[in-house]
Amino acid sequence: MKIYEYQARALLDEYGIPVTKGKVADNPQDARNAASELGSTVVVKAQVLVGGRGKAGGIKLAVSPQEAFTKAQEILSMRIKGIPVEKVLVSEAVDIQKEYYLSITVDRTAKKVVCIASSSGGIDIEEIAATEPDKIMKLYINPLEGINKDELKKFLSITFSRELIPQAEATVINMYKLLKEKDCSLVEINPYVLAGSGRLIAVDAKMIFDDNGIFKHQELEELRGSEEYSEDEIYARESGLSFVHLDGDIGCIVNGAGLAMATMDIIKLLGGKPANFLDVGGSSSPSKTLNALKIILKNKKVKAILINIFGGITRCDDIANGIVMTMEQIDIPVPLVIRLVGTNQKEGRDILRAKGFDSYDGLTDAVKNVIKVAYM
Amino acid sequence: MSILIDENTKVIVQGITGRDGSFHTEMMLQYGTKVIGGVTPKKGGQEIHGFPVFNTVEEAKEATGANCSCIFVPARFCTVALREAADSGIALIVCITEGIPVLEMIENYHYVREKGARLVGPNCPGLISPGKSKVGILPGHIHKPGSIGVISRSGTLTYEVVYNLTLSGMGQSTCIGIGGDPIIGTSFVELLEMFEEDTGTDAVVIIGEIGGEDEEQAAEFIRASIKKPVVVFISGRTAPPGKRMGHAGAIISEGRGTAEAKVKAFNEAGVRVADRPDQMPQMLKDIMK
Repeated sequence: MKIYEYQARALLDEYGIPVTKGKVADNPQDARNAASELGSTVVVKAQVLVGGRGKAGGIKLAVSPQEAFTKAQEILSMRIKGIPVEKVLVSEAVDIQKEYYLSITVDRTAKKVVCIASSSGGIDIEEIAATEPDKIMKLYINPLEGINKDELKKFLSITFSRELIPQAEATVINMYKLLKEKDCSLVEINPYVLAGSGRLIAVDAKMIFDDNGIFKHQELEELRGSEEYSEDEIYARESGLSFVHLDGDIGCIVNGAGLAMATMDIIKLLGGKPANFLDVGGSSSPSKTLNALKIILKNKKVKAILINIFGGITRCDDIANGIVMTMEQIDIPVPLVIRLVGTNQKEGRDILRAKGFDSYDGLTDAVKNVIKVAYM
Repeated sequence: MSILIDENTKVIVQGITGRDGSFHTEMMLQYGTKVIGGVTPKKGGQEIHGFPVFNTVEEAKEATGANCSCIFVPARFCTVALREAADSGIALIVCITEGIPVLEMIENYHYVREKGARLVGPNCPGLISPGKSKVGILPGHIHKPGSIGVISRSGTLTYEVVYNLTLSGMGQSTCIGIGGDPIIGTSFVELLEMFEEDTGTDAVVIIGEIGGEDEEQAAEFIRASIKKPVVVFISGRTAPPGKRMGHAGAIISEGRGTAEAKVKAFNEAGVRVADRPDQMPQMLKDIMK
């Protein structure tokens, strides 16, 4: 789960990390008032969850409250990568002496938490990695013992000059505390700025929370933004389904995430365009099949639907009964192709046949057929 | 031969009194797995499927001599269960549970290793050595004893591939679902090494997916150290970046972990990658000649 910059900054502040002052506004008047309160030059920043907002013109400097008003007006009428901007952050502009990069994240390959620091802040870390890889420093944190302060000091001394180390050290320790306590998979400060005053201060912040850890943090649930998931994706999650919308026109309902991805891939491989990823999960109860079909049918682009079930522990006769029940409850205006194999497959397919539905044995045959009926 | 489990593996089930734990214990018993006890805190002294339930793994191990634990404990209690198994000296821990927070898994991974135990999973279907033993939730009847080793990050996609292998008359030595999470106990590389040494395995099938770099590491390891034939399938070629595709670990982040990169890594290592699961048996036959 991602959160907005203004929310991430509030969390940094809560954990004692210096952050530039700022206020969030959803209209130009409030942006003007925020600028008056802050009292000097301000930066007006679009609050969106997608990256690249600076390049898209979503960050603008304003030297007066009136200018903050017009800049906020401009930004609030923008779309960034298709997402309408609903809020702006008005923050104090600092006198930037130097920009650093600081983050703590999960390194899947090392199976450790890693702290990353760079003296080339302000730009995307991927860009730094591509252009100046020798400026990226990494400190792997001992998973069972936590941060070793001597190692941390030594690590920071490569990126920061001596007098700045105590400030940077405190920030890293607090970032790590935040990461652990809130189950984040990323806490990033970019840029981490050396201001004219000699203070190191966070000017931007990004956080990603581990979806598997959210259950421990009710307070985070309230921060969930509406733009990360589509309405259908939220409905799917509430129905216990895993769903991702795609641009194509062949809907698919599959049990298991790996098989669901493979089904999409084979549709594409054989000349079709998958409309979604949908994993009904292991139990495949009739209500899940029903909800899955409802979600897919909301997409008016869908020309045909493929149900691909591999009955492992799940029995094919149970699945077939669920499909039949669903058919009796809702009208399906597009062709439906069913592939059903595995445990009790004969019984399952007999049930379908009695209701006039053919089903396929091979996945490739089923995909070829759904493509044929979709585009004929 | 087989790897990790065989007819002598003695299994206890942690979370045996839960719905899934109880059901799959019965399935394992039907398959012939030597399940010899179960553990559920505060439910010690009960009996289930004719054998005793213990309060702790230590008690269960002492009473039964178990060397493997299969964990069905819910995610929020799973870290405690995993560590308890490792503390009690269980050699092989198979964790079926989905949804363990990633930071907990990082600690668990290193904790279990320090204790000298091997962890398979979490968020996995378990493993099976056909005709000998199965630990987990894989459907036994689609498997057949033979000489193909299977390693997969998926569940039902593994069954799909195994089903195609069995239909083509190609049995399996051991099939392992390593799990769909970002942090898992056992990697492709470690299992490739075991299959290379296993005299009962003639070829290996790898089923990978988007996210992480485990496949790339496997490709490099095969190029350097594996002589037996390997065939690969990678799912998620059509997955959009930044979206979690069901499995917590199946996500393309910051342009890394794409199916293209993985396919390329295997191709560069001289390993054949199938476009569809049903091509895999023929590809194996071609290179095993």
